[in-house]
Amino acid sequence: MKISLSINGTSYDTDVEPRLLLVHLLRDVAGLTGTHIGCETSICGACTVMINGKTAKSCCVLAVQADGAEVTTIEGMAQDGQLHPVQEAFWEKHGLQCGYCTPGMIMAVCGLLKDNPNPTDDQIRHGIEGNLCRCTGYQNIVEAVKYSAEKLNAQK
Amino acid sequence: MIPANFEYFAPKTIEEALQLLEQHGEDAKILSGGHSLIPVLKLRLASPGVVIDIGRIAELKAIKVDGSTISIGANATHAEIAANADLKTHCPLLAETAAQIGDQQVRNRGTIGGSLTHADPAADWPAAILALDAEIVARSSQGTRTIKAADFFLDLMTSAVESDEIVTEIRIAKPEQPAAAVYLKVPQSASGFAVIGVAAQLKVTNGKCEAASIGVTGLAPKAFRASSVEAALVGKTLDEAAINAASAKADAEADDAMEDIHASGDYRRHLARVFAKRAVLAAAAKA
Amino acid sequence: MSFLAKYIGQKVKRTEDPRLVKGIGHYVDDIKLADTLHVVILRSQYAHAKIVSINTDAAKTSPGVVAVYTGADVAGKVGFVPCAAALPGLNVPKYPVLADGKVAFVGQPIAAVVATDKYKARDAADLIEVDYDPLDVVTDAEASAQSDSPVIHEEFGTNVAFTHQAGTGDIDSAFAQADKIVKEKLNHQRLAPISMEPRGVLAHYLPGEEQMTLWSSTQIPHLMRTQVAIMLGMAENRLRVITPEVGGGFGCKLNVYSEEALLGWIAMQVHKPVKWIESRRENFQATIHGRAQVGTCEIAVKNDGTLLGLRYNVTADLGAYLQLLTPAIPTLTGLMLSGCYKIPAIQMNCVGVFTNKMSTDAYRGAGRPEATYLVERMMDCVALELKMDPVELRRKNMPKPSEFPFPTATGLFYDSGDYEKALDKALAMADYQKLRAEQAEARKQGRLIGIGVSTYVEICAMGPSIALPAGGWESATVRVEPTGKVTVLTGVSPHGQGEETAFAQIIGDMLGIDMNDVLVIHGDTSIVQYGIGTFGSRGLAVGGAALVKAAEKVVAKAKTLAAHLLQTDEASLTFENGKFVGAPNDKSVSIQEVALAAYIPHNVPEDFEPGLTATHFFEPKNFTFPSGTHICVSEVDRETGDVKILRYIAVDDCGNQINPMIVQGQIHGGIAQGMAQALFEEVVYDENGQLLTGELMDYAVPKAHQLPFFELDHTVTPTDVNPLGAKGVGEAGTIGSTPATANSVIDALAPFGVTHVDLPLRPEKLWKLMNN
Repeated sequence: MKISLSINGTSYDTDVEPRLLLVHLLRDVAGLTGTHIGCETSICGACTVMINGKTAKSCCVLAVQADGAEVTTIEGMAQDGQLHPVQEAFWEKHGLQCGYCTPGMIMAVCGLLKDNPNPTDDQIRHGIEGNLCRCTGYQNIVEAVKYSAEKLNAQK
Repeated sequence: MIPANFEYFAPKTIEEALQLLEQHGEDAKILSGGHSLIPVLKLRLASPGVVIDIGRIAELKAIKVDGSTISIGANATHAEIAANADLKTHCPLLAETAAQIGDQQVRNRGTIGGSLTHADPAADWPAAILALDAEIVARSSQGTRTIKAADFFLDLMTSAVESDEIVTEIRIAKPEQPAAAVYLKVPQSASGFAVIGVAAQLKVTNGKCEAASIGVTGLAPKAFRASSVEAALVGKTLDEAAINAASAKADAEADDAMEDIHASGDYRRHLARVFAKRAVLAAAAKA
Repeated sequence: MSFLAKYIGQKVKRTEDPRLVKGIGHYVDDIKLADTLHVVILRSQYAHAKIVSINTDAAKTSPGVVAVYTGADVAGKVGFVPCAAALPGLNVPKYPVLADGKVAFVGQPIAAVVATDKYKARDAADLIEVDYDPLDVVTDAEASAQSDSPVIHEEFGTNVAFTHQAGTGDIDSAFAQADKIVKEKLNHQRLAPISMEPRGVLAHYLPGEEQMTLWSSTQIPHLMRTQVAIMLGMAENRLRVITPEVGGGFGCKLNVYSEEALLGWIAMQVHKPVKWIESRRENFQATIHGRAQVGTCEIAVKNDGTLLGLRYNVTADLGAYLQLLTPAIPTLTGLMLSGCYKIPAIQMNCVGVFTNKMSTDAYRGAGRPEATYLVERMMDCVALELKMDPVELRRKNMPKPSEFPFPTATGLFYDSGDYEKALDKALAMADYQKLRAEQAEARKQGRLIGIGVSTYVEICAMGPSIALPAGGWESATVRVEPTGKVTVLTGVSPHGQGEETAFAQIIGDMLGIDMNDVLVIHGDTSIVQYGIGTFGSRGLAVGGAALVKAAEKVVAKAKTLAAHLLQTDEASLTFENGKFVGAPNDKSVSIQEVALAAYIPHNVPEDFEPGLTATHFFEPKNFTFPSGTHICVSEVDRETGDVKILRYIAVDDCGNQINPMIVQGQIHGGIAQGMAQALFEEVVYDENGQLLTGELMDYAVPKAHQLPFFELDHTVTPTDVNPLGAKGVGEAGTIGSTPATANSVIDALAPFGVTHVDLPLRPEKLWKLMNN
């Protein structure tokens, strides 16, 4: 099936099997391997991307469902070599260790802060409930989200 | 985990979708957001020959609040329902329930119509839909019918939607006292699905319960209205004794209680009683 | 040695992170080679069965399929999955990479499908027909040891793999002299490590060169190279193992599984790259589990709280086969049964048994969390029996700092420690006396508040070679390049621990250079000298020690050349801020200038060996023994049994800290994992050996809102085991937090007469206890 979509601003026209998962399109067809696969059952969130500005778990979306959509992956976050404030915050606050959940986590944090630019600690913890991290115990991720919120609000 | 192959259609209109459904019959599955269906396909628990993606049917997205009724298109996502300002005013129970489903990513993709049709006995929506006495509109190429929420959930993963039908809309009469409502759940620690979920919509005047409807999910193979609790509340002053006595009947309508590694049947029954009490208390407090 | 401390001891941001936050690091599945074939493995649906027949005809003709292999194809060609741990009389079953006529756990590999893409491989796997003849199943470890149990490996005639006795001291007289004997049966539930990145292998064989490259998500690239080469019958130096980014290990990647050798063998058949990436379901079924001990502990104690003896009779559930270190794990439990207390007599009697489940092996802590949980749980039971405050009981039995090195009845010498210092600090942070008063007040109001304390010591920096099956040293090379940039080659294999940063900090200070001029390379057996790997909290304490030693050699050699260049004698030279300064005229030369002179040796002393590089293999003379105190305050919902953690305080002592930010991160993650064991996690098999927790929908890895804020502090008691004085911190949080959390929740239930509850402390279990 022919589909066309935009990934990080680049147009892709491709012919796919209907069953192809969006995450495999991103990783195997577009070669963007920053989006990871961690659970395959919509729990862990390692595969989180933005579809038309909203977060989604790309391992539970068919590529054909994204036909015509604008998809943003972790590779689309840094602009002109500058880290996105949320990426910067994860680095600054040691919000990652092995780094495997990090791309999905960063995308989820962007989704959270879009809806709620000044979240409380509790709202942050619930806001990232769709993303599992096995390394950090989340404490520094929460710190990174708060730091991100400050940076993003300062940009406004 | 990779699904078996299938043929895929993405109709733009309901009519087109219904025609496809008629054509492919039992071999077809309806795809909406995909958060229930795609994991099932990946685990190869189902391998339909045809997948009909109704996600591009724009008319199924509408959320309308006018006069005395609320209409929610089957393709409205949980996130859209949670964020809808009209619903927050006129039926906060819907928004509150939607906000407790899954996580932000799931809420962004999952739809109310998809969730209801899937009829997962641990889903959140059934409790609210029952408590609001909603009607579910289902269409086939033969015509349109409305199904009362109380008649909608038939059994484990089985709803009243026939294989040639598509749920198009959920209709709800505006509650008389919208704020007097709450949805409380005990999430399963891994999946976030409801080990127990209780939705309560009340009408309370001067401390006295004039109307009560309570939906319970997670306990039985199908979600149900806790009519015994409702009957015991109506006409009573909502003091602790009355609420305790009424909520003790929260599992009366559950002939069977589900059992799994996360909770026994007895514990689920107990939680239903505790959360019925907490839900009534919380809803009454908001009245 | 002395450090400049421009970097060491500072919260330096990690050099690994820019690539990881951008999503441009490379984990195994991110490595793409042209013409790669994909492998899907068909696994047993039965926990115990004879395989009558396998029909692969339909699969072989399925679109895109290149080959399908079964046990018959690899028998005699690929060696058995190795077990490196040796115990006297150990029964080691043959563990073929593809089942040979029989399966013994759900998920055991039966066939491998090789196809042009993973979708086609998966489709073909569905077409393989396996005819099973089911056998009786045993999943309960204690039942498995009984004579009426089904026997899993008929050649042994028993499910007992080994019996092991540990400990010294006169245990019988200890119990004879006791005022009280406190006894409890404890179950350490089975856990799944769940690294967020599952396992994965990519193998590429070049028949002309007769060389193979194997990319694997592992913690032990060199040990894997040796083992896989043996399994494949190939020369070790023709196999190159590359460990790219690894998305978490927690012990589950401290192993050699079927898939590495299998993929290597397939690559040699098809002469194309072959890749296998584990699904999460496979990860639950066929990646090692941890813990899984059930036993009875008895403590002999005087009425004043003096501990006299500890006896632990335990059955260890090994699973169906022995993985790399399976039988060694319970022996580590035996070593740590003294906890941070003086216990004159200790005895462990351990029976290791086979069950129809996945093998157990090293999971974060590996045997020591079992010991600490046991000892710390028992301390609370003893305190309850003696009506003593659990803190005072602990304090009374702790060795004083002057008593170190402290000998235990388990045969160890604890290197250094000041247990009361951390205890006092934690008590002060918690305001323990006030907490107890608040608890008493809350109880009057019917609220169930619990306070749990755990004071732990763990055995780390694995370790002296004599104690480890494959040796316990570690290696490092420091290579100053002609331009003055420094390349470090380390034998450890970090996968989230941040050693690229910590090692650059060390070199930055030792050589007086910008740490950004240091590149740390690890995880490539063709580049890095042989190493042991990352596990047992050893990366810094052993690998870092090797690095210090190598850097010292480099500085010494550079000094010789510097003296020559400055035309002075070595003894008069000082080395500071990257410069050799000569007395008396303060002429100086930088390490970079010395490096260039060493590579272009036009002006060097006679017999000077060109270049500026040194390698050191560091052999530690002992383990290290980090310690600490954790305090947990919890509240149990009287109606539902739901647990809420109100406060969590941790004071840990891992000796000197190179990067306190990384140390804190390790503690955070460790506490989360240990607390998850206490509250949520459990691998559940049913009586047929079917895995009921086979996905993350059913196995509760904690989410952010299920965990509390952690209040941390530390004490510093350096070790003299290594030149850094660092003890290791990878496992501390996990070890301290399980008993602290458990003790807290069980304390909350004290009004109901509850003295012990097995983990996990799920709400329903607690609700039942409150309602009899």
